[in-house]
Amino acid sequence: MAKSVIPIGPYHPLQEEPEFFTLTVDGETVVDIDIQIGYNHRGIEKLSERKTFDQSTFVIERICGICSTNHPFAYTRAVEDIIQVEVPERAKYIRTIIAEGERIHSHLLWLGLAGHFLGYNTVYMWVWKLREEILDVMEILSGNRNSYAMFKPGGVRRDINAEDIPLVIKKIDSIIPTLTRLKKAIIDDPVLHARLKGIGILTKQEAIDYCALGPTSRASGVARDVRKDAPYGAYDRVEWDMIVTENGDVFDKVVVRILEMYESIKIVKTCLQNLPDGEIDLNIKDIPPGEGIGAAEAPRGETFHYVRSDGTNRPARHKVRAPTFMNLPTCKTTVIGETVSDATIILAGVDPCYCCTERMAVRSIKGKKLYNGQDLIRLSQEKTETIKKKMGIK
Amino acid sequence: MKLTLRALLKSPWVFHLSTGSCNNCDIEILDCLTPRFDIERFGMLLAPSIKHADILLVTGSCNRKSVIRLKRLYEQAPKPCLVVAIGECSMSRGIFIHSYNCPLPLDKIIPVDAYIPGCPPKPEAIISGAVKLIQKIKGTL
Ligand code: SF4
Repeated sequence: MAKSVIPIGPYHPLQEEPEFFTLTVDGETVVDIDIQIGYNHRGIEKLSERKTFDQSTFVIERICGICSTNHPFAYTRAVEDIIQVEVPERAKYIRTIIAEGERIHSHLLWLGLAGHFLGYNTVYMWVWKLREEILDVMEILSGNRNSYAMFKPGGVRRDINAEDIPLVIKKIDSIIPTLTRLKKAIIDDPVLHARLKGIGILTKQEAIDYCALGPTSRASGVARDVRKDAPYGAYDRVEWDMIVTENGDVFDKVVVRILEMYESIKIVKTCLQNLPDGEIDLNIKDIPPGEGIGAAEAPRGETFHYVRSDGTNRPARHKVRAPTFMNLPTCKTTVIGETVSDATIILAGVDPCYCCTERMAVRSIKGKKLYNGQDLIRLSQEKTETIKKKMGIK
Repeated sequence: MKLTLRALLKSPWVFHLSTGSCNNCDIEILDCLTPRFDIERFGMLLAPSIKHADILLVTGSCNRKSVIRLKRLYEQAPKPCLVVAIGECSMSRGIFIHSYNCPLPLDKIIPVDAYIPGCPPKPEAIISGAVKLIQKIKGTL
């Protein structure tokens, strides 16, 4: 059969950044994939050079609404690296709390959308409802649902009130039962096993070769996490485990993310309970000339920032490397050879700001439209149905 | 009021387009559709294609690459099509106003019917904006 080309994107109504994938398919099988990005380019690095060090945190926060903590985290660490200072202990704890809260809501968001693509809309609605609880917690702690504006070079902008802590801990505890139910529903579901196991495998060697980061690499057995390898914030002061699985398929990526949420809950709780007293800000005035680097483990992997200062109050150069930049190319190995109906969830498995799938369309080379985005999601959902029928599950 | 417009208000379907945003606004739109806020009770549904939609929700700062797509989508939309600018970015380009890649604000590119400010606007604000838009068209505001 003649090869066909499927453009995915760049816009899709469900969420997030526009990205443009082109799948080349031969019958049902994907034989090639190409990625184009740039629909979201806003010139942030250049913008950051126009702002003062303090103002830059707000721009950096708006690189991505989901990782709106980890970019400022890496940036402020880079600036602190230039000056060679340690932030106060209390600020470290507050930073860690906010960063982990964000990880929970980001993983929940991903889980919901993955559920949608598999035809489990109940999971989607359930998970997003659960996510609201976390957003409430963040609103109590920082005053904002997203884009918390908590970070500044040298510390944090706002303190956590002691009277909020019991309420926050109660709220966080209240999500655990639902999360556990969800975990059981997902991890023990035979249909999901049949649907997700063994597809989109990224082997350990490939993960290393592609420099994959975050949950994508940890699902392949590469035990790497900035929070453990080069601890920052309060991560070395609390007990937590790094979740690593071996198979590297989509199922393992789901498992890693679900289990990571439990660890995050643990970290947030311990930090809140042991919040030390003291200053929250160093009140940095001048930034000497020099270079600094900062890294932080965002929900999707390591974020890396480089800042150069020339002694003025603005960064002379600011470079950002986000984790999806490294993770996205792995779909070159994971998607190729799989069927079209699996492509959606494999691309989703990386958790890039991927979700362009609803505007997917399959075209034959002559340009006649065969499937559109809805059809592809339908294909994916139908495959789940077929598996369910085969297993005799209603 | 034109019949087409009146029919549209019964169950306005929305299409959501991000023209270089930070995702936050987009996520808040999705949040509106999930159980806590559940905008579907007003008959609003996310449409899979602009050709099925009555309202175009635009987020983001209209960068050079996506503006071409934005114009094309607006042309494809069946008229009457209402345009809602969500978030600071799409109103005035917000924090990205000095960027080399965001030359024009949204309302200089396509006509806009309603603005919902905020960075990001809370789901409550989005719902109230939608309600105001409907009231405005009905002439009860
Ligand atoms: S208005 Fe703010 S939250 Fe919305 S897309 Fe723009 S920067 Fe992000």
